[in-house]
Amino acid sequence: MSSDHSTYKPSSGLEKWLDSRLPILRMGHDSFISYPVPRNLNYAYTFGAMLSVMLIVQILTGVVLAMHYVAGTGEAFVSVEKIMRDVNHGWLLRYMHANGASFFFIAVYLHIARGLYYGSYKAPREILWILGVVIYLLMMAAGFMGYVLPWGQMSFWGATVITGFFSAFPVVGEWIQQFLLGGFAVDQPTLNRFFSLHYLLPFMIAGVVVLHIWALHVTGQTNPTGVEVKSKTDTLPFTPYATMKDALGVSVFLIAFAWFVFYMPNYLGHPDNYIPANALKTPAHIVPEWYYLPFYAMLRAITFNVGPIDSKLGGVLVMFGSIIILFFLPWLDTSKVRSAVYRPWYKLFFWVFIANAVMLGWLGAKPAEGAYVVMSQLGTLYYFGFFVVIMPLLGLFETPKRIPNSITEAVLEKNGKA
Amino acid sequence: MSDNTANTGDMGGHEEPTRRDFLYLATGMTAVVGAGAVAWPFIDQMRPDASTLAQASIEVNVSALEQGQSLTVKWRGKPVFIRNRTEKEIEEAQAVSLDDLKDPVARNQNLPGDAQATDVDRSAGADKENWIVMIGTCTHLGCVPLGQAGDFGGWFCPCHGSHYDTAGRIRKGPAPENLHIPPYAFSSDDVITIG
Repeated sequence: MSSDHSTYKPSSGLEKWLDSRLPILRMGHDSFISYPVPRNLNYAYTFGAMLSVMLIVQILTGVVLAMHYVAGTGEAFVSVEKIMRDVNHGWLLRYMHANGASFFFIAVYLHIARGLYYGSYKAPREILWILGVVIYLLMMAAGFMGYVLPWGQMSFWGATVITGFFSAFPVVGEWIQQFLLGGFAVDQPTLNRFFSLHYLLPFMIAGVVVLHIWALHVTGQTNPTGVEVKSKTDTLPFTPYATMKDALGVSVFLIAFAWFVFYMPNYLGHPDNYIPANALKTPAHIVPEWYYLPFYAMLRAITFNVGPIDSKLGGVLVMFGSIIILFFLPWLDTSKVRSAVYRPWYKLFFWVFIANAVMLGWLGAKPAEGAYVVMSQLGTLYYFGFFVVIMPLLGLFETPKRIPNSITEAVLEKNGKA
Repeated sequence: MSDNTANTGDMGGHEEPTRRDFLYLATGMTAVVGAGAVAWPFIDQMRPDASTLAQASIEVNVSALEQGQSLTVKWRGKPVFIRNRTEKEIEEAQAVSLDDLKDPVARNQNLPGDAQATDVDRSAGADKENWIVMIGTCTHLGCVPLGQAGDFGGWFCPCHGSHYDTAGRIRKGPAPENLHIPPYAFSSDDVITIG
């Protein structure tokens, strides 16, 4: 939002005094009150608000948990149990934090899916999209390190397997792995540094979120039609219209969150993590947290060597590649039409992509054998095929439906029908 | 105007840019070298520290291990498998042709790097072929394989399904290499020194 459209009028002497020294209230007004949003935004556009709320929830609960947690191999597990049993409301704070991570990821996946469906990543919003992918990567790193801190069996072996990814790289792999671990195996130095970084990363996320919202307010939001805002009748002020919609979306989301926190707090966790870490015994079945499962399935899908790349390195490259490819999305999609609403074929492939991602998540939790491996391989093929084959070609061959001339026209047409 | 006045005067006309260029370059270079020098300690501190690198060697008394029994000890934070193998296990391992191996290298730190993965080169040597000592982390992603399990009666990694034979050689699954053999020696008939 550029300040030249500012409609902020300081109403009191104090506000005037502040406005000529630090116009922070003006910035807030221009960004969250008078800021024009497309009038046809639906509930798919409320996940950003949920994500902001979850980031705050995670930082607040995390800061207070850190007052009771001890990052030592001998004390970590015990200190978490103390939080659960002895610390006043510790059980609530920890369950909020643990389930908060899951709900953070639920919201981010829906947010990303919204972006894919409505083509939010297309010009001029490439930087906005890329910043989003950076936030997602930081979230994954924060989530992984946080899961190590309770120092249960899954913590320990998850950390072993994930840092083991880096040992796949030739020549420098082992050096990188030891660099990350601070030793030859997951141990005290690993736990200590993960705690430090786990505390740091949310603030880095907050920093990138500021850039993300800044970029959003420069280009303006997309909307279900994908047609850019053209006139004043296409928009409504952020408050009360978007604020109320966000508030309702967040309320429903928080009710679901509270349901998990109070009635099924361990549903998304793994019982093995209530067994203290043991460096000499691997759990029979290592499973990452649910939000990494699709990527884990793709890692394990590569069971064959390709030329000089052995299956281990191949799996790691595919797994990292599955996220890196998101950075290139704005240039892989050749269609000029943003919204899937007007792209019949893209809409079909999009829903297959979503179903495929869910299937990969399911496969990630299954043992890597038999038919599961073949299904994972097909799923991996579609995942990459969607980005590198379907997206570039569809823009050339697909005939889009008629696109409305403006948001206003689309809204009036829809209301006329109803 | 003489050179003398031009050099001493701060407002000395065309001499000035040269001086500024020099300061600009010198400052830039100092910043680059300084940034590198400051960055390195911040990066280097992440690496294994002195106490970790000290890699104290351990001594293990194996006199109580009968044939067919195993022992797991911890060395450098990792499990080490010591197994007194049965005749059947040795025969099975000997019978395997090197061509059938995914990784034909012994991975034995006590032997030259190109030693082949024959059973004797995987074991403690010709006269002690019943003994096998290996780092018990799967060469795939570092899980601890389960003993006397899997399709080849050796070790089986439950994480991603790697099967090792009775000489700890990878036979099936995603792991790229045979289980690694740490530096060790029998300091007497009953005591193994690892490291």
